[in-house]
Amino acid sequence: MSEQTVHPDAGGHWGRYGGRYVPETLMAPLEELTEAFDAARDDESFRREFESLLRDFSGRPTPLFHAARLTEHAGGARLYLKREDLSHTGSHKINNALGQVLLARRMGKQRVIAETGAGQHGVATATVCALFGLGCVVYMGTEDVRRQRLNVFRMRLLGAEVREVDAGQRTLKDAINEALRDWVTNVADTYYLLGSALGPHPYPLMVREFQSVIGREARAQFLEREGRLPDALVACVGGGSNSIGLFHPFLNDKGVRMVGVEAGGTGAELGLHAARFNQAGGGRPGVLQGTLSYVLQDDRGQIASTHSISAGLDYPSIGPEHAFLHDEGRVEYVSATDEEALEAFGLLSKLEGIIPALESAHAVAHALKLAREMKSSEALVVNLSGRGDKDVQTVAELAGGETT
Amino acid sequence: MSRITEAFKHLRADGRRGFIPYITVGDPDLDTSRALIVELARAGATLIELGVPFSDPVADGPTIQRAAERALRHGVGLVDVLRILAEARRETDVPVILFSYFNPLLQFGLERLADECVRTGVDGVLATDLVPEESADFNAVLSGRGLDQIFLVAPTTSDARLSMIAERASGFVYAVSRAGVTGAREQMSDEARRLVGRVRGVTDLPVAVGFGISTPEHVADVWAYADAAVVGSALVSEIEKHSGSPDLVSRVGEFSRSLLPH
Repeated sequence: MSEQTVHPDAGGHWGRYGGRYVPETLMAPLEELTEAFDAARDDESFRREFESLLRDFSGRPTPLFHAARLTEHAGGARLYLKREDLSHTGSHKINNALGQVLLARRMGKQRVIAETGAGQHGVATATVCALFGLGCVVYMGTEDVRRQRLNVFRMRLLGAEVREVDAGQRTLKDAINEALRDWVTNVADTYYLLGSALGPHPYPLMVREFQSVIGREARAQFLEREGRLPDALVACVGGGSNSIGLFHPFLNDKGVRMVGVEAGGTGAELGLHAARFNQAGGGRPGVLQGTLSYVLQDDRGQIASTHSISAGLDYPSIGPEHAFLHDEGRVEYVSATDEEALEAFGLLSKLEGIIPALESAHAVAHALKLAREMKSSEALVVNLSGRGDKDVQTVAELAGGETT
Repeated sequence: MSRITEAFKHLRADGRRGFIPYITVGDPDLDTSRALIVELARAGATLIELGVPFSDPVADGPTIQRAAERALRHGVGLVDVLRILAEARRETDVPVILFSYFNPLLQFGLERLADECVRTGVDGVLATDLVPEESADFNAVLSGRGLDQIFLVAPTTSDARLSMIAERASGFVYAVSRAGVTGAREQMSDEARRLVGRVRGVTDLPVAVGFGISTPEHVADVWAYADAAVVGSALVSEIEKHSGSPDLVSRVGEFSRSLLPH
């Protein structure tokens, strides 16, 4: 791998991707944030505090679990699950929220804002704000509020104010627009705690750094157990934080194949999916919400609507580092449809006693296919980024059943 | 000398201040936008900002968001903006800039855009989410055609950045009156005056102030220290209010005249 894969340039570019495409008002706070992040990274006491919170508050390290019955079902490579679903608040999102809230405190910010899609990042942010007594406002599209009611209730229980965004497609993208508008208006006292490896520099780099604990742990755990590295890694990719967190510490391990799984939705046509690397389906480089990356858009550069059964993958762009890794050919990107994700959701529940988030179920769906093509002497690690409690109602409604 | 530079030169020579109206093209429809360009020029516009509708206008408040939604509902894009300007050019030579988010410009093709700007009579481009750091290529393409690139400066912009921006800017500098999105406000802040003072310290380029200007008092206030006042949301509200009315164009013209101190 080239040096640039590991380190973007000073402006946050991986090749042509990334950077800062923002209104001028946000340049000063982004520079301030970059300085604070750089200083924190080099500060031993910051690192110690972050690590102790990951351990004592979030419950890390998360286990690496050998899914024996799933392996048997697939009939091929051995499947391991990195159990991010066992993290406090139920997903990997807490890693980044903890890292950034420590940064917000260092910067003396009293008010934290965040966007959320599936609600996992909103819950993680509300949680860390409760932990440190900071004011918290979470923006969430009304469509996501509808399909993730449980998480809305959790956020309010944790003391956060949830502001519903009734604009555009009423999902994650629209929530980010509204969070950016809030930030541009309240720059002086507000910290924007962005939840994915997206947005203007330094967010994609910073979120990757806070999430890389996933890959570092998985690498050490696998080495300890098998005395070698896994043959492949699989993770779902919405904005791309759980996947970059798993992949990044392995990028220089040439023998490790990496696969990112996008949301294939209900079809390959623009509007029916959220597969940004599906170029026939409308994905190509463009600028959205502060960064240059692959974007689902029409031929005039208007951002397209997307569809996925999982709110966390239902987003028209992808983190810029993924765009770079895609073009370099280091990571393969595929998609799993709504139906395949639902099937994997059921399978993992029945075979392993683990109900996965619908987002993570996309990764499981592809891992099953991939395992079948691999030898039984090989092994792959799937990032089980979140647990599925929040999705039970959605799945029940689709099945035509009742949850109560 | 660009048409924009010339316009400000004349203003300064006469000791006058400028008025810069903004409209979202395609709101309520393209024919009205074309007529509005002509009418706003007659009403005394120094320069007109033509807003290119975009699906995700993060720098805009509700008024301009709604205007963009209305324009996008009937599929208005950059091609249409350029076409109606070319038509309006038969009746007016008022300087015009495109006011856009970067993605529609990028997808159109930057070279092609610059050629089309020359052909249709666009004098400059302001991309709201394009700071100079990401703008080297576009800047070269525009200046190669004699087109101005206008940049925003904000109260949060450091002195070091002001100098850097002023170096790359041409035509005029657009000072954002306060941290926030576009939209009418009750009062203008002192921040704008201080910011314009700082800009004056680093460049002789004309300075226009925008964001929140919605009354004759605001315009008079800005005219006391800046070269021009930009009126966006207040005008778009007026268009929204008279949407569907046969005398929309003349009413918006009247409203514009009413904003200008006599």
